Amino acid sequence: MDNVSVATQPHTHEEHHHVSLPQHRHHFETEEQQREAGTFGMWLFLLTEIMFFGGLFFAYLLYRNWYHDAFVAASNQLSIPLGAANTAVLISSGFFMALGVWAAEVRKKGLLVLFLVITTVLGFIFLGVKYVEYHEKWEKHHIPGAHFDISEFVNPQAYGLKEQPLAPDMAAKTQIFFSLYFAMTGMHALHMIIGIGLLVWLTWRSYRGEFSAGYVAPIEYFGLYWHFVDIVWIFLFPLLYLINRHPGQ
Amino acid sequence: MHISPVLWQFLVKWLNSSALFPREASTIAPYADALYFFLLTITVVGLILVAVLVFGFAIRYRKERNPVATQVEGSTLLEATWTIIPLALFMVAWIWGALLYFRIYNPPTNAMNIYVVGKQWMWKAEHPGGQHEINALHVPTGRPVQLTMISQDVFHSFSIPDFRVKREVIPGRYTTVWFEATTPGTYHIFCTQYCGTNHSVMIGDVTVLNPEDYQKWTQGSTSGTSLSQNGERLFASMGCNSCHSGSAAARGPNLAGVYGSKLQLSNGSSVQVNEAYLRDAILNPSQHITAGYAPIMPTYQGQISEDGLIDLVEYIKSLKSNYRVQQTLTTSQSNQAAPTTPGTVNP
Amino acid sequence: MSAHTIVNLPDQRTATMPKRNYINNEDGILSWLFTGDHKRIAMLYLVSITFFFFIGGAFAGLIRLELLTPQPDLMASDTYNKFFSMHGIVMIFLFLVPSVPAVLGNFLIPIMLGAKDLAFPKINLLSWYLYWIGGLFTLTALVLGGVDTGWTFTTPLSTHYLNTHVVTAAVGIFIIGFSSIFTGLNFIVTIHRMRAPGMTWFRMPLFIWANYAASILMVLGTPVLAISLVLVALERTIGIGVFDPTKGGDPLLFQHLFWFYSHPAVYIMILPGMGVISEVISTFSRKRVFGYTAVAFSSVAIALFGFFVWEHHMFIMGVSNYSALVFSLLTMLVAVPSAIKIFNWAFTLQKGSITFETPMLYAFGFIGLFTVGGLTGVFLGALGMDIHLTETYFIVAHFHFVMVGGMLMAFLAGIHFWWPKMTGRMYSESISKLAAIVTFIGFNMTFLPQFILGYLGMPRRYHAYPPEFQVLNVLSTAGATILGVGYMLPLLYLGWSLKYGAIAGDNPWQATGLEWQIQSPPLTENFTEIPVVDHDAYDYEWLEHKTAQEVTTVG
Repeated sequence: MDNVSVATQPHTHEEHHHVSLPQHRHHFETEEQQREAGTFGMWLFLLTEIMFFGGLFFAYLLYRNWYHDAFVAASNQLSIPLGAANTAVLISSGFFMALGVWAAEVRKKGLLVLFLVITTVLGFIFLGVKYVEYHEKWEKHHIPGAHFDISEFVNPQAYGLKEQPLAPDMAAKTQIFFSLYFAMTGMHALHMIIGIGLLVWLTWRSYRGEFSAGYVAPIEYFGLYWHFVDIVWIFLFPLLYLINRHPGQ
Repeated sequence: MHISPVLWQFLVKWLNSSALFPREASTIAPYADALYFFLLTITVVGLILVAVLVFGFAIRYRKERNPVATQVEGSTLLEATWTIIPLALFMVAWIWGALLYFRIYNPPTNAMNIYVVGKQWMWKAEHPGGQHEINALHVPTGRPVQLTMISQDVFHSFSIPDFRVKREVIPGRYTTVWFEATTPGTYHIFCTQYCGTNHSVMIGDVTVLNPEDYQKWTQGSTSGTSLSQNGERLFASMGCNSCHSGSAAARGPNLAGVYGSKLQLSNGSSVQVNEAYLRDAILNPSQHITAGYAPIMPTYQGQISEDGLIDLVEYIKSLKSNYRVQQTLTTSQSNQAAPTTPGTVNP
Repeated sequence: MSAHTIVNLPDQRTATMPKRNYINNEDGILSWLFTGDHKRIAMLYLVSITFFFFIGGAFAGLIRLELLTPQPDLMASDTYNKFFSMHGIVMIFLFLVPSVPAVLGNFLIPIMLGAKDLAFPKINLLSWYLYWIGGLFTLTALVLGGVDTGWTFTTPLSTHYLNTHVVTAAVGIFIIGFSSIFTGLNFIVTIHRMRAPGMTWFRMPLFIWANYAASILMVLGTPVLAISLVLVALERTIGIGVFDPTKGGDPLLFQHLFWFYSHPAVYIMILPGMGVISEVISTFSRKRVFGYTAVAFSSVAIALFGFFVWEHHMFIMGVSNYSALVFSLLTMLVAVPSAIKIFNWAFTLQKGSITFETPMLYAFGFIGLFTVGGLTGVFLGALGMDIHLTETYFIVAHFHFVMVGGMLMAFLAGIHFWWPKMTGRMYSESISKLAAIVTFIGFNMTFLPQFILGYLGMPRRYHAYPPEFQVLNVLSTAGATILGVGYMLPLLYLGWSLKYGAIAGDNPWQATGLEWQIQSPPLTENFTEIPVVDHDAYDYEWLEHKTAQEVTTVG
């Protein structure tokens, strides 16, 4: 076995201030390797997520191109204040998540727990607002399916809206917009729900002090995931809410 | 070994009636077969080449004969050879295939048109002359036939193997395929796209007739009203004529002679009017507004069957002048007006 | 060592199994169910996919039995449709996609790289559980009455016209998809980050390259399938209209999204098999694989081109003529790397010192069948020919040549090749050679007639067919019977070998891979010391030198 397995170099870590933590998994040569592998894996996972949402974005582009007027009219039904508020909520939750990663890195347990809790609360606020928006669609019969109602688009004046009325055939295509709206925001919300579940778990572990002694990988990886969910929303908000809003209109 | 003569006869008959190669019954078929045999040759030659190499080396360099292997790194020259030669062959196949594809999917301008509607689980063929067939299709030899096809429900696929043509039949849009039959006879029609429980029952026969026989068949099997006559009736009963009357003040564009023309749309684009355009314009009018007209036409989505749409399309295609449109309109208007005695002239 | 074999087993009178190995390291069923060891997970997968293979195989048998006669006589049309749907779903998602990567890849990739495990052992175990959860959903759909969409879930048939358990099956496939994503992700990270010192990219065995390429496809393709199935499920349950033509949706969009995964999926299935063939051919001809870099890069090229050919499944569906032209060209281009591989394998044999053990026989079978499968793919890539051939038995024959003749042959080659490493035992050579030959004959008899049927125009998924197609169908069914026997045999003799097989020793084939330099079955941690690699893959001179040294030190 001379050549294959010439003795390994003893693992002398260069100036790492944290030496051999209990979280170091035996099959990694060095902690460096473990951290790199973890980050790389997380980025790959986000790549699959991009492909996942990519399918939806592709469908959106296609139909928006075909049924532009219907998309504009349906988009005008969405509440910009609520959408904008949610954007702000999500961005600040991302900010607190980043602070959380920082707090873990500087080993401040109290701050870490605090920031994670704020992130979680903001996540819940986002979902709450989303619920309000969905509920409104439900009442207006804008949920695709058997009860979908296009009268508001055919005859906006009757509903006190200052919209151009759509021809009935184009108005029917608003259903496609709402199909995509619910599919896209629904998938996004599902990611938020999974994220909040993970956040609660991580908060509990942080509370037990697991991440305030130099081992911060799970917080870091989760941070990446949470930022990804933010970024998806940053794309969804203009595509779904702001198609036809021009300044001064 | 003794084999019973009955069994023997059965076997012979069975083998004789079995097929090995499809008949060539359209003008396309020889072209398709030529490409097929080209590709088959590549396959057989390629397979033989690989077999000769593998078995040749395996025998020549088996351990008994060649106890010690000679290490070879590779050879750029050889790599280039077996990259370029297959690539060149595949390029030939690509171009040849593309030419055939364009030939099969671009109908000649003089093709006669037959409509085919697919539904679970039958084919309905509708001839312009008013002949309707279920799971059957009669066509003449020596004349290009174009099929304009649509599905009422799921994806189907219309295939006539002996003609080497096939096309997906899709809900919501017309697809076309054309052929020119050469040999009288009966050939299979298959639905080749899986379409639910009775997929394998969605079959039929295409009967190819001499021009004279075809003439006889057309006369003998007409339902009495042609597609465009049906369409005319629909046109009036759905009130299309009230706007598309052809008069200068009409709210809808003049439809006479619109088929085949180049139409300027209100969104600035221009389109060639064909069957698919006419169908779309009836179902989704707001996306097909002729320049200069207001988007006031209601949609007929869900109100006309695919057969009705075909009738309307045929009618609009046949419309050369608005004389009859206006006639019908006057009649219906005069009917609604105060009863007048026949013969009196309205002021 | 005899003149016609390289098999070199230790003296059976004195040989013993290694005292400590990954199989006996821990006891009890729970130690398997909660293991993080990539080798144990590989064995769990082996048992699971074998189970599903025989389920899928049973459906295949019933389909062939029904097609013995032109009339629909054995079962109702609904039942037949469910059978071929379940055959496709089970074979593709539960057998072919995980077969080589999840079993052989899991077992071998860390060892070949000189690592102790995959990068994320827990995620690896999670993959296996996801596989089973998805498998159970599929089985549930089956038990509750089946699903009859075909494995392609064509809309609007699957969304509006069937009342079978489409959503259950779709959820199952969605979950299995994540299992496959996590496997691919684990492989990519492991290959990038866990290579032993000295194991450069171009010293990696070609098996690793092939799995790397397949992993890229898994990671990037599978999520698109996931989202299209989500949309199908939403359309069925709450009635959104993304694919519904009556609401303005476009059913062709589903086709695009579906094939964007499902064409690369074909390469997910075949690439790892190609990796196996490279290892086997090299070992049994005692020669470095001819044109190592060409073979390695052709795997990656297949993976890259594989993403841009999906529309060739839709040439007759009314796509624009010019896009069809482009996709046909790309399809022709993706055929080239496969041709390169075939010729490189053939020339690996040249000047070798060839022996014909079972894995090599399967590899020969692979080369022949894959050549046919690949070249008939060119028929289907040529636009005008595709019109006549698509949706017929020609396509059935074509993809069975690639998937069964190619992938399954490669899988069996791999299983026979690494069986002594995985279990420490040898199977009987003579009966396994018989199985390889029976499989090859049975396969050809089953699927060659289907090419002829396809050119005659017999449509796929037909329950009944015109009587003039019967002779060829009878031939095909007869072949399927032989094929079935060919597949049952390995189950028997490999099972037998677990207890009674000869002790294999570390390196029965005299192969060069790192996996052969450790004990069989390996230790849980694979290596006592992490190896330092100072030679290329398939370096037989290095191996000879090493063996010679060992003999002198021992002697």
